[in-house]
Amino acid sequence: MSGSDSQLRIGFIPLADATALIIAVDKGFTAAEGLDVELVREVSWSNVRDKLNIGLFDAAHLIAPVAIASSLGIGHVKVPIVAPFGLGVNGNAITVSPPVHAAIAAAADGDIGNPMVSARALAGVVAERKAKGQEPLTFGMTFPFSTHNYHLRFWMAAGGVDPDEDVRLVVLPPPYMVESLANRHVDGFCVGAPWNSVAVDLGIGYILHFVSEILSRAAEKVLGVRQRWAEENPDVVKRLVRAHGRAAAFVEDSANRDEVSAILAAPNRIGVAAEVIRRTLDGRLKVAPDGTVRTDERYLLIGRAGVARPDPAQAAWLYAQMVRWGQAPLAPDLLAAAKAVFRPDLYDAAIGRNDAKTAGEPDDGIGAFTGPAFDPNDIAAHLAAWRIRRR
Amino acid sequence: MDTSLKIVIVDESPIRAAILEGGLREAGFTQVVRIEETTNLLARIYALDPDVILIDLENPSRDVLEQMFQVSRIVKRPIAMFVDQSDTASIQASVDAGVSAYIVDGLKKERVKNILDLCISRFNAFARLQDELDRTKTALEERKVIDRAKGILMKAKNLTEEEAYTLLRRTAMNEKKKIAEIAQSVVTAAEMLK
Repeated sequence: MSGSDSQLRIGFIPLADATALIIAVDKGFTAAEGLDVELVREVSWSNVRDKLNIGLFDAAHLIAPVAIASSLGIGHVKVPIVAPFGLGVNGNAITVSPPVHAAIAAAADGDIGNPMVSARALAGVVAERKAKGQEPLTFGMTFPFSTHNYHLRFWMAAGGVDPDEDVRLVVLPPPYMVESLANRHVDGFCVGAPWNSVAVDLGIGYILHFVSEILSRAAEKVLGVRQRWAEENPDVVKRLVRAHGRAAAFVEDSANRDEVSAILAAPNRIGVAAEVIRRTLDGRLKVAPDGTVRTDERYLLIGRAGVARPDPAQAAWLYAQMVRWGQAPLAPDLLAAAKAVFRPDLYDAAIGRNDAKTAGEPDDGIGAFTGPAFDPNDIAAHLAAWRIRRR
Repeated sequence: MDTSLKIVIVDESPIRAAILEGGLREAGFTQVVRIEETTNLLARIYALDPDVILIDLENPSRDVLEQMFQVSRIVKRPIAMFVDQSDTASIQASVDAGVSAYIVDGLKKERVKNILDLCISRFNAFARLQDELDRTKTALEERKVIDRAKGILMKAKNLTEEEAYTLLRRTAMNEKKKIAEIAQSVVTAAEMLK
């Protein structure tokens, strides 16, 4: 380890999947690696992306598709980003307003806990509204290049709802989601923790699905750094990844959960009640205003089941969604570039090679609730499996 | 200069937005609209149908604007971020100043360069003003605390005002702290001993 501390500025958005990063810094795992980290709380993914791109941030808590879009130069300046550490897998949920929940339940031909049943029921609700000449339903998501956008689309399209034709999908900053649901600007949304819980606690929303019910292993946030910076600072990357590995292990040890939740609850970190964060980390969420609780240990995975090691197959899946919904063309070089964003080699260099599959994890690394197994080398086959798509 | 461009300013700080609007009007732009309330932002923007949108970086709604890059049914006129692949300096300058610009796709960058430059300089000027104001406020607060601490010391130790101040200053020097910090500890301690 070098004698002098390396100073780093790292940006984050106040969300539960920034946990490993926040704990790495606030519990001193980064300091132990000789890294002097300043965490900067940001208000938009656009800001995080721009500040990382131009070098105001050395690293950032990044929504995985933003890292890929930036590397491919879609929608913005092309700046190759690499992800040496996965900050979180899953963690999003789909929440709907009480009337939409009631309508879906009424239209369902089975248990709406099954995403296929709920998606088909949504299609019924959508068709009925159309027949009555009512406004289409509006769903909020966090960013055009976001897992939330793709998760919503994947789910509703499976039931026959065209996300571009039959409903409106609008971008909303996560802190505005709940208010927008309350004042009926949106009828539902897909967002990360803690916002779904906040809506349920206020009695204005029902959690319809955890995203873990739709995709069992969906890459969510990554630690992103500029590729060039990673090449110029291999030792710093190694130390940063190591600190994150220790932090993720600390978070996943349930004995530390209260302490972790208290740290995250601070106003300059996530800034919501420790109790809400604790429920998120435990995957034990109140899903209905009447107090019904649903438990899923896969709700948000931070260090378990090998999820911290970036998996290029998941980058390929996200790229496939960009192609499916018309954001990116299908090209072998773009697929290769997308996969190259997720860097298990950098993870291995810091933490040690361990690519053994954890028992019970999906064979294709994704585990979608419907459709054929995902083949990261055959995006065309993935697209061909769906009726509703832009390409 | 192309003064016929329609410009929308999205800024939750009404003072800064007014400063920027003033600057743009001085420069001859007549079609300048301010949006302070960001509920239903996209609908408001579409109703105004601007050529240029300026938004402050403290505004979470910036992500909403990014949706306008998308070619989809809900987007009437695609908008692009004001960036030049070759010109990272302009992005750097605007991010530093805390502002971002979006333009209608196809609009020539040269036509809006001066708008962005003006925007950056006004944002920087506002930041300087804010900074000055904050410093003045802090100085005032500090003066108040020091006065209270002096009062406490004068009464408790039977000192003159000058002696009380000297004691505060000497302690601050010994402890390598600011006088205001020492004064604050005196005030806090006195309150605890009440």
